[in-house]
Amino acid sequence: MASIAVARRESTFWDTVWGWVTTVDHKRIGALYGITAFIFFMIGGVEATLMRMQLARPEQTLVSPDVFNQLFSMHGTTMIFLAIMPLGAAFFNIIIPLQVGARDVAFPRLNAFSYWTFLAGGLLLNSSWFLGGGLNAGWFAYSPLTGLTYNPGHGVDFWAVSLLVLGTASMAAAFNFIVTIVNMRAPGMSLTRMPVFTWMTLIVSILIVTAFPVITVALIELVFDRAFGFNFFNVFAGGDPLLWQHLFWVFGHPEVYILILPAMGIVSEVLPVFSRKPLFGYPFIIFSGIAIGVMGWMVWAHHMFTVGMGPVANTVFTLTTITIAVPTGVKIFNWVATVWGGQLTLKTPMLFSLGFIAMFIIGGLSGLMHAVSPSDAQQSDTYFIVAHIHYVLFGGAIFAIFSGIYYWFPKATGRLMNETSGKIHFWLTMIGFNLTFFPMHFVGLNGMPRRIATYSAGMGWDFWNMVETVGAFVIIAGILLFLHNFFRSLRKGEVAGNDPWDGRTLEWAIPSPPPEYNFERIPVVHSRDPFWEQKHPHPLGVPAGASQQRPGNRAQQPAVAHAAETHEVIHIPSPSYWPLITALGNAIAGYSLVYRFIPGLFIGGALTMFGLYSWYMEPTVKHENKKH
Amino acid sequence: MSQVAHAPEHPTVTGIDNRKLLMWVFLASDCLFFGSLIATYLIYFGRSVVGPYPHDILDIPVTSVSTFVLLLSSFMFVLSLAAHTRGDYKAFRVWVFCTAVLGSTFLGFQVFEFQHFVHEGLTPRTNLFGTTFFTLTGFHGAHVTIGVVWLLTLFFLSLRGKLGADKNLAVDLAGLYWHFVDIVWIVIFTVIYLTGVALGPGVGK
Ligand SMILES: [Cu+2]
Repeated sequence: MASIAVARRESTFWDTVWGWVTTVDHKRIGALYGITAFIFFMIGGVEATLMRMQLARPEQTLVSPDVFNQLFSMHGTTMIFLAIMPLGAAFFNIIIPLQVGARDVAFPRLNAFSYWTFLAGGLLLNSSWFLGGGLNAGWFAYSPLTGLTYNPGHGVDFWAVSLLVLGTASMAAAFNFIVTIVNMRAPGMSLTRMPVFTWMTLIVSILIVTAFPVITVALIELVFDRAFGFNFFNVFAGGDPLLWQHLFWVFGHPEVYILILPAMGIVSEVLPVFSRKPLFGYPFIIFSGIAIGVMGWMVWAHHMFTVGMGPVANTVFTLTTITIAVPTGVKIFNWVATVWGGQLTLKTPMLFSLGFIAMFIIGGLSGLMHAVSPSDAQQSDTYFIVAHIHYVLFGGAIFAIFSGIYYWFPKATGRLMNETSGKIHFWLTMIGFNLTFFPMHFVGLNGMPRRIATYSAGMGWDFWNMVETVGAFVIIAGILLFLHNFFRSLRKGEVAGNDPWDGRTLEWAIPSPPPEYNFERIPVVHSRDPFWEQKHPHPLGVPAGASQQRPGNRAQQPAVAHAAETHEVIHIPSPSYWPLITALGNAIAGYSLVYRFIPGLFIGGALTMFGLYSWYMEPTVKHENKKH
Repeated sequence: MSQVAHAPEHPTVTGIDNRKLLMWVFLASDCLFFGSLIATYLIYFGRSVVGPYPHDILDIPVTSVSTFVLLLSSFMFVLSLAAHTRGDYKAFRVWVFCTAVLGSTFLGFQVFEFQHFVHEGLTPRTNLFGTTFFTLTGFHGAHVTIGVVWLLTLFFLSLRGKLGADKNLAVDLAGLYWHFVDIVWIVIFTVIYLTGVALGPGVGK
């Protein structure tokens, strides 16, 4: 019989710090990801607020045009690479091993390396604010704006190098999750029984390992041009600035799905639980997720309709872009059908998920408008586009992320977040978000260009811009309330128990917070909603992934049985500081590349190599961890 | 009984070891990396404003020899993995060392080629051909360098008796990587050298 006694001695403050620095536990790494990413989310929010204050009224001079350029460039980069992506990674880390019934991810130390490299990349990018200024060429950094001629400072270098470092972190994490999901599912969990969030994580991970090499090459070309005088984007040597746009958006459009598919996964978990119904059309949701992942590669040039690609290319990319709306629409219909006729419990996670559906539909519809290239010619580079992207990434991704935080907070911490505060937070976010971003449709169609530091009075934009700024502060009020609720609930929240929401998937079958080894015994899965089937042997509605067994048999055979072979010893991977050392090597190499300091590159490279060797030689499970 | 020896033997869903699956996924990702570099090369093919152009400078016979050396190294590695699998560690060390030497020889050819080109007036700053040529072949060379270091690591681990039958997978993984790097070179050789010269003057500009 498994006897688990984890020896605990009195720990000092430094023991605690050391424990977090060397941790390889997926739940702790997930927490680190979440907290770090939320801090970057707030930095990105401050950048956005400064822009909204500047634009509240015409002809203001709160920030200079140069600073404004840096604000919108860094805001976009921060929100995409340092907030939404790593917040998604936080959920992957905390939830995926629990949902697939595993003790940890496939490569715990690689997981720690991903986090520390992400942190290094984020600090590298944001340190540019104190070292001569950040990127000022937009988050897509179009050539030739990024050339040394127009951008002699280091802002572009900081941006490009930090994205290389962040790309390393994302790819390492994606490798890890692909292997974990493909190889480490509990016995009986076939692909058709895999939870939707796990499915979307798998698709996102595949998109990351295929899309990030493309941006890596583009960034290397940019860095080599700037640091060593190569000619990739040098027009005088025959270089083509459009090559940058193509490479960037070949990556950039799959990236949009890298941001939104985890959100779709979260919503697909939350809606069935709070409707007390199985997910409607599971296979359709999965296949449309796969279709989105594949078709996401065929639409990139819709970002380039106005650069003069010619009518044939514009038509082709218009058609592919309109087509990709089909699987997205299929998902929305399935979510609506899941909620339809269910016993709804309007708790905070559910509110945010329903909000997601509504806001994402608006974002999807405006996206369809500029999928049509003639219409895009009118909308390109106006605030209409800004409205669209925020309905997709804030109304979409961020709403779903809040839904996921409220939903899984009790699993991760053992305590519930306060419902009243949660609901107020939802309504503040909903109202503030729409006040901020809906009027951008109006001013955009009215001709207000994006990326302008100020505008003249009397253009007809004054009123709505003031409304947008007011809305931004309503969002901030919501965020502050959320933070208060979060930290208060950590200490004083109502104790959650294993299963506060009457959940359906495996993570709700184990204690909250889960023990270090997650599952005392690895479960055996017999259906799509294994924990639900175990709790409710007489199926409520249609049993998802229904087995052929008659109810009588079912009662004797719980959906979550346990693997017959009981491991006498649970191996917990040992803590390690080599992932941190290796990531530190990357950071040193990164700074050296920014400042073109060649010896530093070698020092950083050598440290990385040393870290990798020590990592390779270190046993994964040490004798001290032996249980009996 | 040692717990350490037992730890990695959890059965996986696919039956493929986690580390091997990781290597396959990494190599798939690396295909996209080289694919993007090759795409850049092809897009800029014939768009250099000044020479030297590919047909002026590329030496097919010499590079054919270095290509053959790299192919031969892949063959050597097959022998070394076979030796390790049947438990003949001495033969393993001989073959893996030969593989590393052949890999280093390939790198020697590349250093020689780069020096020759610079001497002839082609640097990455000269024109688009130089920029794309040195970037693509340079990154391939970096992959080969990592491979040689990896092979030598295996060689020294085996010398110290730390590469027994339980570490067969470590040899296998190095092999996957090494063969991949070899295949990428065949594509590069075809795209840059054979095509570039076959199309002759006028097209390669
Ligand atoms: Cu797009």
